[in-house]
Order: sequence, then structure tokens, then C-alpha cells
Amino acid sequence: MPTTHKSSNPVPNKERIKMPRQHMPEQLPQIRNKQFTEVNLGYSAELARQEALRCLECAKPTCTKDCPVGVKVKDFVQLIVDGDFLAAAAKIREDNVLPAITGRVCPQEDHCEGACLLCKRGESLGIGYLERFVADYEQQHFDPSTIVKAPPTGKKVAIVGSGPSGLTAAGDLIQKGHQVHVFEALHEIGGVLVYGIPEFRLPKKIIREQVDIMRAMGVVFETDVVVGRTVTVDELMNEEGYDAVFIGTGAGLPQFMGIPGEHLNGVYSANEFLTRINLMHAYEFPKYDEPMVDFRGKNVAVIGGGNTALDAIRSSLRLGAGNAFILYRRSEAEMPARLEEVKHAKEEGVQFQTLAAPLEFLDDGKGWLTGARCQKMELGEPDSSGRRRPIPIEGSEYVVPLSVAIMAIGTTANPIIRTTTPGLATTKKGYIQADDTTQKTSRKGVFAGGDIVTGGATVILAMGAGRRAASAMHDYLTTGNW
Amino acid sequence: MSHPHVTINPAFYGDSVFKIIHAEFIAPGIKRFVIEAPRIARKQRPGQFVIVRVNETGERIPLTIERSDPDKGTVNIVVQSIGKTTHLLNSLQTGDAILDIVGPLGKPSEIENFGTVVVMGGGVGTAMAYPSAAALKRAGNRVITILGGRNKDLVILENEMREVSDTVFITTDDGSYGDKGLVTDKLRQLIDNGTRIDEVLAVGPIPMMRAVADMTRKERIHTVVSLNPIMIDGTGMCGGCRVQVEGKSEFACVDGPEFDAHRVDFAILVQRNAMYRDAEKRSLENFQRDCQLEKQKASAPAEAETTCAVEGK
Repeated sequence: MPTTHKSSNPVPNKERIKMPRQHMPEQLPQIRNKQFTEVNLGYSAELARQEALRCLECAKPTCTKDCPVGVKVKDFVQLIVDGDFLAAAAKIREDNVLPAITGRVCPQEDHCEGACLLCKRGESLGIGYLERFVADYEQQHFDPSTIVKAPPTGKKVAIVGSGPSGLTAAGDLIQKGHQVHVFEALHEIGGVLVYGIPEFRLPKKIIREQVDIMRAMGVVFETDVVVGRTVTVDELMNEEGYDAVFIGTGAGLPQFMGIPGEHLNGVYSANEFLTRINLMHAYEFPKYDEPMVDFRGKNVAVIGGGNTALDAIRSSLRLGAGNAFILYRRSEAEMPARLEEVKHAKEEGVQFQTLAAPLEFLDDGKGWLTGARCQKMELGEPDSSGRRRPIPIEGSEYVVPLSVAIMAIGTTANPIIRTTTPGLATTKKGYIQADDTTQKTSRKGVFAGGDIVTGGATVILAMGAGRRAASAMHDYLTTGNW
Repeated sequence: MSHPHVTINPAFYGDSVFKIIHAEFIAPGIKRFVIEAPRIARKQRPGQFVIVRVNETGERIPLTIERSDPDKGTVNIVVQSIGKTTHLLNSLQTGDAILDIVGPLGKPSEIENFGTVVVMGGGVGTAMAYPSAAALKRAGNRVITILGGRNKDLVILENEMREVSDTVFITTDDGSYGDKGLVTDKLRQLIDNGTRIDEVLAVGPIPMMRAVADMTRKERIHTVVSLNPIMIDGTGMCGGCRVQVEGKSEFACVDGPEFDAHRVDFAILVQRNAMYRDAEKRSLENFQRDCQLEKQKASAPAEAETTCAVEGK
């Protein structure tokens, strides 16, 4: 097979296909479902090298093509084979400033691993696991003096929101020599990575370390600033001297179904539930002040089938839920969640009630949830999302006794920036309109990306948008051409 | 706007700290803090609020902005000791700092010249009503203010309110100051006297706002209340602060905090605000016990340690 550079991989290609994928060491399900520590324990250097040897080193790597940020997978995997883990990390960092995070939460099966040629013969290369390995290795051996930065351009950039798109844009722009100031509404940096994704999947320590690397590179972070309220986009540009602004404010207002009983005590949005757990440490009450209703021994259901739904139900188990249900209106095949999360959830004891949806929430007469009246579904023709549409089955209603119900059915656009930034074009649904390739908005100097443009999506897609924006912002800042 | 350029600590690494320039009790259990928060001071409009997190292990709670001084870069918040966090806050003094303050949040009050406006403040709610009363006065309204409290000590900001009102009435539950009775009794009187009222703004405890809403609904007087549900992020992200407004869920942090009183389901608000009552009680008891222990420790160290050990600490 022709390759562009010399590989030190001694294993012939024919043999590589036969090598089994190295399993990710993980905590035992019956232990991990009672605590919030990370489920996956990470590859050792030996496991990583073993796994790296499986790479077929394709001439035209489909993995890179299918990566929203274009990580040079083949190159970094070869560097793992060579044993030069820091060089492997640096190689990833050329395209992805948050490798320890994507290595943990990216739906690799939809991108690099789904495109891997090994898939056709068995299991794909463990690209996510390898990425995580080199990122963690880099963290342990990080040397700030190795940071390469372009000479200062004298341009100032404001990044609104410190989630995946904002952090990516910030990381790229600081490397190109611009001054970067990130504004965050909450008290911690990381956006959805901090308030949305639980500790057992993405430890806060990892985010802090990645953010610290960015600080070392010169990015300035300011918490407790709600852009639109605390300061407007126009004020940032006209009064505080920012030459360009990137808006990455993320997921918006949580959606509810509009069925009776959603106001009952015990009914949460996934955003609120996860924020209490992740950002506010409610699982450590009373050491931390933020409270949570008592889950111990209770029946808990999460409505939805995405990663957020699975994060919420697995967190519920860890709070001591007696029975933890996923209520999803389609079948498991249509679930948008990562495969690994579904697998982990089942191992931990989550019960999947698919093809079912609640019609109303029932109460005890004192305002507390006691159950949900549900209806069974069957699948019809595909809808606009390409997934088969759920159709209610007449006469199939049943009641599930519940103490807690968590709605994880998506979000709508947050209105704060839209209503405080004149001239910023938005879609009918209130999302910011941005160009697909440059992330430019209708306002000169203002770029946007991530969930506030696309609606709820994934970490890696938001990072892709941040990356495209950074590149276009750099062009704009250096040429002045809009 | 001619405000000086906002200066920000250049060593800002996300670990913000907001300095308390001045703190004083203005009534028993009610403290006013003047806090250095230049960004918030510059942007605050009547009707808006802040969210505060006191320390690393703290919860986030919404609090009233009484006023702000954009030139000095300070905001005033008024805090009543109710649960653990407010007790902890009110133990802070001039020179201390608060870890996080974010705002101003919520939609500003809709200020226009309605004609005659009755502004009603119950207890610490008066602090929220005050900037709106001032703005309503500036907009040309005749402002009739009714302030209430359980007793004389708990009627706050009377002088400030007098400065921005044409008339001020006071009611106390026990009759220790002003008229004995409730703020709604005074409103009833005004209505019965034939006073023309074009608009009512009521901020205070939920039972008070609900009673005002019931009264003015019958009289067809447009009434605005400022709601204070449980809240976490304050930017619309979590949905914890949802209130039922004419059968629909609205979020107090982005759609409010002010709502048309006649469309609000107060029963659901009461029910949702009681969601964490047990935990709140436990937090407060722990806090008060810890305070007690600290005091004991200060006077008799050996004895205090024994007490701690008994309680399994």
C-alpha cells in the first residue's frame, strides 16, 4: 500500500486486519453505577501501541475526511507506533485543541471510526481511545515552553461562551497570534462540558487541565458575564475594542412536551438536573449547598434517547434510583446517543422502554409527581430527520409509577443575544444565521457557531464550527475583507 | 452613554471576586451590600436581578438589585436571612468578597407614563420595587406607594421610596407603624375611595402578590408582579425557574421576572418553591450548628472538639 511517509509499523497489513481491537479498561458496572468517578480508565502505553499497530495507514484516510475538525489520524497513530506520544499529541493539536475531551465524548462511530476501513472486516481502529491516551499523556508531561505561537497581530477577539465551539475558536486564534478574551455566563469555564456532561464520562479535572493549557497559551477567561445582558456585542466591539466576535452560546432553552403535569415537583429538564449534578455538585449535598430531590430507591424515568438522556439516567442511578428507565418514542436503532453510552447504560442497569411516550404526568394531589400515563408507539415512514416516525398505538396506554421524570427532548434557541444585537439575522426558530464555511453572520466582524447556529448537536460538530470560524476570523482580521 | 470605560482586572483568570465596599443591616435580618461590580452597575435597569454564589461550595440564588452607581461601579443588593445561603451572605462584612455575581438578568421593567401607578412593596420585595418606582416617577407617573411589613422594623427603604413617590402609605401586620393591616387593605381603600389607578406593580411575598392580583383582576387594573422562583443559571438554560403563565410554561429568568399578575398561576409557584424545603432546612440547621460550634471553639476549644466528635464530624 503506498504511503506518503515511512511507517515504522512492523506488522504486515494482512496481519493487522486480524488483530483484535484492544478493549478500553473500565470500572465494573456494579461498582461504577454507584459513584461519579470516570467509567473508562484509559489505555496504558502498551495497549495504545498494540491498538495503534492495527492502523492500515490508508493512502487516502477516510477517518480524517470524516472528522469535523480534520484530525490527521494516520499521522498521530504512526507517532504512537513510534512511541513518540508527545509528538502524537502535537499532531492532534494542529487540528483539535481539546483532544482529551473529544477522546472521551466524541461519537467516533459517526465520524472517524465509522469511516475506518477496518470496520468492513471487523472492528474499527480505536481512534477515540488512542486520542484520549495521547491527550492524557501530554497532560501529564505538558511543558508550556513547547507552545508555538505566531507573532502578535495586535488584533483583539472576543469569544462569547466557553463551550466546545468557543474553546476551539479561542485555541486556534491564540495560536495565530491574536489576543483572545473568552466570556462565560456561568462561574466555571467549559459550557456544556461542565454543566452538561457528567463526571463519570468527562471529569472536570480534564476540562480544567485543557483550559489551563489555553491559559498558558495566553487566552484570557472572564466568568460571570452574560453577553447581551452584562455587556452587549456592540459594546464589546465599539467600546471595548474587540475587532471580531465569535458567538458560541450553545444550547438554548430546554423544551418540554406541553403535556399535563410538567410543572409538578419531581419533573426536571435534563439541563436543570444535569446542571445541579455537574456544575453545582448536588450529589455532594450537604457539603455543597445545591439540593436535589431524594432519588434513593425511587423510580426515575428520562424521556428522550440522546446522549443527554443517557447522561441523565446514568446519573440518576448514581444518586441511588431503584429503577431507572429510558422512555424513548422510537426504537433503539433510532437513538441518537453514542453506542458506547447505550452499552454502558445497559451494563449499569438502565431499563430501556422504547417505542413509548408519556401523555401526562400524574400527581399525589400535593403537587408531587407519582407517575406517567404513557402510550406505546410503532414505527411508520421516515420523517424529515430520516428516522422512522413513531405512530401512537390506540388503546395501548399504561401507567408507570415515577417519583422523578427528566425531560431530555431537546432545546430551543436562547433569545438573549438575538434580542440584544440589532441587525443579527436569525432563522425562523431563532437560531443565528451563519455561513456554512466561514461561520460569518449578517453583522460585520461577528461570527457564530455551535448549537446557537445549528440547534442541539454534538461537541465535535460545535468544535468544527469553532475551527472554521477561527480560520475565517483570521482572514478577516489580517486582510480586513468581509 | 458617558460612563467611563469598564476596567477589568487584567489578571482575570475566571476566578472572579466581587468586593463588598460596604455592608450594613437596614432592618433585623435584612442587610444592604454595596458591591464592586462595574459591568453590572453600568447595565442595570429597573426590574432586573443578579445571581450570586457566595463561595466554592455555594448554591446560586437570585437576588434583588436595589440600585446601582455606574460611575462608582457599584451595585446594591438587599438580602434577607431566610436559608443557609442568605444567612451566610449576611454574615459577610465590609471588606469581604463574594465569589460570583452575574447580571443584570431578566427583562427590565416596562416603564412608561401610565398615569397613576400604585407601587406595592412587601418586606424585602420593596428593594426590587424601588428602582421601578423611581423610573415610573421619572417617566411622569403619579406614584402612590404602599409599603408593608410584619412590624415597623421590617418596613424598609421608606425614605428612599418617599423621594420617588407622590404619596406613601405604610401598613404593618401588628400595627406598630402606619395602618394595622395588609398592603391589600390599603389598596382596597384606594379603590373604594374612587382613586383612579392605571397600573399596579406589586413585589413581595407570594401570598401578598397573589392577593393583589385577585383584587385588581376584579377591578380590571393591569398589574405586574416580580416573581422569584428557584433558579440556577439565570440565562434560560436550565428551565428550573419555569412558571405557569396562562397554562404555558415561561422562564422567569428570560421571559420575566415581571409578569402580568392576572395570568400567573400562583399555586404552582408556591408548590415549586417548596420543592427543596427539607434540604433547605437541613442546610440551615447544619450552618447554624457550625456557627455555634465555631463560637464555642473560640471560647473553649477542648469542649468544642468533644461536641464535634459526638456529632460524628
